[in-house]
Amino acid sequence: MAARERPHTDEAIVPNEAERHAARRRAEKLQIVAFFGIMALVPFGIGNDYYLHILIYIGLHLILATGLNLLMGYAGQVSLGHAAFYGIGAYASGILTATYGWNPWLAMLAALLLTCVVAWLVGKPTLRLRGHYLAMATLGVGIIVAVVIRQWTDLTGGSAGLTGIPSMTFFGHELTSDQDLQYYYFVWAWAAALTVLFANLVASRPGRALRALHDSELAAQVLGVDTAGFKVRAFVISAAYASIAGTLYAHSSMRFLSPTPFGFHTSIALLVMVVLGGQGTLWGPVLGAFTITLIEETLRPYADYDIIVYGLLLMVLMIVMPGGVSRALGSLIDLVRGWVPALRGGDEP
Amino acid sequence: MNEVLFRVNGLSKTFGGLQAVRNVGFEVREGQIKALIGPNGAGKTTIFNLLTGVLAADSGSAEFEGRELIGLPTHRIAALGIGRTFQTSLLFDQMTVLENVMVGHHLRGRATMLTAALRILGAGREENEYRRTAMETLDRAGLADLAGRSAAELPIGQRRMVEVARALAAEPRLLMMDEPAAGLNMRETEQMAETIQQIRDSGVTVLIVEHDMSLVMSISDEILVLDQGQRLAEGPPSEIRNDRRVLSAYLGEEADGC
Repeated sequence: MAARERPHTDEAIVPNEAERHAARRRAEKLQIVAFFGIMALVPFGIGNDYYLHILIYIGLHLILATGLNLLMGYAGQVSLGHAAFYGIGAYASGILTATYGWNPWLAMLAALLLTCVVAWLVGKPTLRLRGHYLAMATLGVGIIVAVVIRQWTDLTGGSAGLTGIPSMTFFGHELTSDQDLQYYYFVWAWAAALTVLFANLVASRPGRALRALHDSELAAQVLGVDTAGFKVRAFVISAAYASIAGTLYAHSSMRFLSPTPFGFHTSIALLVMVVLGGQGTLWGPVLGAFTITLIEETLRPYADYDIIVYGLLLMVLMIVMPGGVSRALGSLIDLVRGWVPALRGGDEP
Repeated sequence: MNEVLFRVNGLSKTFGGLQAVRNVGFEVREGQIKALIGPNGAGKTTIFNLLTGVLAADSGSAEFEGRELIGLPTHRIAALGIGRTFQTSLLFDQMTVLENVMVGHHLRGRATMLTAALRILGAGREENEYRRTAMETLDRAGLADLAGRSAAELPIGQRRMVEVARALAAEPRLLMMDEPAAGLNMRETEQMAETIQQIRDSGVTVLIVEHDMSLVMSISDEILVLDQGQRLAEGPPSEIRNDRRVLSAYLGEEADGC
């Protein structure tokens, strides 16, 4: 009897791919909630201001790497000067608040707009062309911004740095320097919000359009995707993420800006974060932000040598696991599942 | 007779010294299956590339429902209601079959980067709706079983069917198919012939470039024969089959096979 009924219920047993697709999205949302929930509890586990400080940097790097991931992992373009947008965000915020006394939020918005305009001006002409012209152009922008920060001393303070940046305010409440804990939550709230926006974006019409053009521009175009337009928008958004991280950096506990964090060195570190974790995945850049920030801190005594480590890492990664750590882990899990029948789903034959 | 949907006039294209397309003109009527045939190098695929904005034409015009499309970028031509499939199916290999078809819905979607990121103005609802309609599209094409598979792992025959389903998801008025039977076995070719006729019957006009003569002769309403970039003959299959010029230029020994 049961055997005869089987064919009728088959359709109900085989899960519909559309449902599975939706379920994966729900699972992703849960992961995001769980991860940022844990990050909200972390400060209670550590009683040390130094670690909190590093975690703030990880949050900033997470924002930067997630933005760059949209460009690299989805639009398939490379920015070799992303630190420039981080710098524009930081210095525009710093100068407007310290020198001109603007409200930090207003300055943040102005910095964001300025970054987007610069990114648009760079991306518009270069992304119409097929190939990696954007990488070249952003390399140039990175150098120009670094030179401007160093040389335009009247405006930026040059190598001596920009001082006197006020604290960030939050509904009239000052997030002052001696309270790193508040700033930690402020930065990680931004990181959480920007991660949610990113996850929504990539799992939607424009996100799929980006992945599609990454695979085949021609096939995307004949389906009506304005490939040049989408690439420019992805680039502008990735620059906007960098700008927000820059503003958050400017108002962080030091409230002091020097040219060092906004050079080529940081652009490469960001690149490694995205590639290491796995471009085109949600958690890859997060993993990359943690790993690279920790390596950076460990190697701080040896200052400039960490770029050698990044170079080596990049080379090894490209050869050993071009998909990044998160994908390599995924295939490892699949492999183990293949070996251990017990780990397979129970409903499988 | 039905109205003219697509009117091409004086289309020309030169590559270096080679004139690949020479002053070609033709009409496609609504609800027709029209075929472009001709020996290798006759300029068939070049014409497709000119008409979809992949290549820039040297001269000529192409009016689709009265709107000139020469000079428009590819995605704008698609937006006018012209779909296209390729000789070697261009699927998005990093995506599942379902996601491929969801990209096919791009033109019907509204979500922008901003509304999608913030999930406002119906962006979330749209996403759910397109996930469902893409699944229905696959179901209708008999491809529902493949929905969760990675496009990269499909064999040629299934890739072609998925590509057609994806193109139809955009709800084009005209579907241009570049050698839809290339690389297919006999059974798959028959299936493709059936599919093309179903597409026509569902109200979508079809323009195909094809090498498989038996397929062309059996399904086309009208055939345009090209030779060395020029129009050689045009008419229904019964006429083309017996046209002396066509036989000598192209069909040759294949003629008895038809």
